[in-house]
Amino acid sequence: MLNQLFPNVDWLDMWEATYDTLYMTVISTGITFVLGLVIGILLFLTSPHQIWANKLVNLLTSSLVNIFRSIPFIVLVILLIPFTKFLLGTIRGVEAALPALIIGAAPFYARLVLIALREIDKGVIEAARSMGAKTSTIIWKVLIPESLPALLSGITVTAVALVGYTAMAGIIGAGGLGNLAFIDGFQRSRDDVTQMATIVILVIVFILQFIGDFITTKTDKR
Amino acid sequence: MIELKGISKIYRTKNGEITAVKDVNLSIKKGEIFGIIGYSGAGKSTMIRLLNGLEKPSTGTVEVNGQQISAISGTQLRQARQKISMIFQHFNLLWSRTVEENIAFPLEIAGVAKAERAKRVKELIDLVGLTGREKAYPSQLSGGQKQRVGIARALANNPEVLLCDEATSALDPETTDAILDLLLDINKRLGLTIVLITHEMHVIHKICHRVAVMEAGQVVESGEVLHVFQNPQAEITKNFVMQVSGTKESKESIEQILVNYPTGKIVKLTFIGNKTEQPVISQIIKEFDVEVNIVHGNITQTTSGPYGTLIVQIDGKANQVEEALKLLESREIQTEVIDHA
Repeated sequence: MLNQLFPNVDWLDMWEATYDTLYMTVISTGITFVLGLVIGILLFLTSPHQIWANKLVNLLTSSLVNIFRSIPFIVLVILLIPFTKFLLGTIRGVEAALPALIIGAAPFYARLVLIALREIDKGVIEAARSMGAKTSTIIWKVLIPESLPALLSGITVTAVALVGYTAMAGIIGAGGLGNLAFIDGFQRSRDDVTQMATIVILVIVFILQFIGDFITTKTDKR
Repeated sequence: MIELKGISKIYRTKNGEITAVKDVNLSIKKGEIFGIIGYSGAGKSTMIRLLNGLEKPSTGTVEVNGQQISAISGTQLRQARQKISMIFQHFNLLWSRTVEENIAFPLEIAGVAKAERAKRVKELIDLVGLTGREKAYPSQLSGGQKQRVGIARALANNPEVLLCDEATSALDPETTDAILDLLLDINKRLGLTIVLITHEMHVIHKICHRVAVMEAGQVVESGEVLHVFQNPQAEITKNFVMQVSGTKESKESIEQILVNYPTGKIVKLTFIGNKTEQPVISQIIKEFDVEVNIVHGNITQTTSGPYGTLIVQIDGKANQVEEALKLLESREIQTEVIDHA
């Protein structure tokens, strides 16, 4: 049945492409989560009236985040080609897509982290300080747990965006479903391959969103 | 125990300097419940935050428990804070933690071992009357229960001082009284020094030993609660005293009485301590040829005894009324003749 509907689809290729997309998404989401969290916390703590209030550091970090956030992803990929080449020695393959994916997504997630942290009741941070908590304790035991639902729903949004980014990265040869749809589907005029790749991407996005929503609700005790 | 010397706090903002606290000198004794009362913007919040170093004074020194809070920082300040706890108007509990985890938080900060922590948390839960609610999250608790968690959390590291930042302002009157009773009980049982800020005179007279009245960053009046009650000097203090003696509401009825009974005198009598139990009114009616009409009456309990006010109209021949007033004064009852406004 499937073979009649999608006569040109090579299922082994499709599976490999799916694996590559998942691989790129999972790895880049993981690193983006850590990097975005670090940058977001830095942005939060250096903003006015916070523990590390520092205009210069805040302005610098915030500018960097804004610059990388405003470059269209496809342009960023091209701009980062020399950097990727320097870092990995090649610009082809799944790994080669990772620097661009992370640099594109981490500033975006850092903004979401900042928004999440700003939602924390200032009084709770003050209470922790009044108990004699160190800044590291405040980060690990107040900031992160108290904003966890927002941090998780933020990383879900970011992961979904990253699936889209992997498809774009695919066009310049990173592999994955975007690459398959472009090379096998578009360039060879096999519409069914493009359609099947789209369906698989949709399924991945739905599953990501479902998992994200589930964990977010689970952690929210408000 | 707590010494504030020459304290001023100036905030620099875009629109110029704002003086939140100005030339404050205060001395609070060990084991005392000290109240600071003032309307919002009077500088009370800044004052209480100076005591645990959340705010640093622009001038002057803050000494708590033999330590110069205004001079230390870093680890030293963090360790000092473990002995100066604070509870808050909006409780400031971590919603992501259960009751017992919230109470354990300051113990984690102090580096108390896990088994020890569990034992201490259990004691505290019993102390504040939250047994059975250990596993509940703050969102499942009432305001009064949340403040009990706040108090348990504040007591976890056996502090010397407890700072209360409008701790009952978000609670209904009944819950307020229950929380105040708990604070009073803790003060008596543990000998804890309590400093509280509030805008409610009710809180001051119910549990405080001494009070300071703040207005525009300055302490305008301070002393024993009963004494300040008796002889309010500043206009603002008189306003606060009216809050509890209820004389504000009676102003209208006095106006009405003055209209209805143009003869005689409207007199405000203030009774303190045991004098509230003397049958003075029936005495003046028996001894002199006067009529007494009660306009308003009120008794307030304070930590150092009851305090009552009575507003009466005394009518009769002028000399008889004078004699009656003299008798009242001879009984050490404050009398104040109220005239047409």
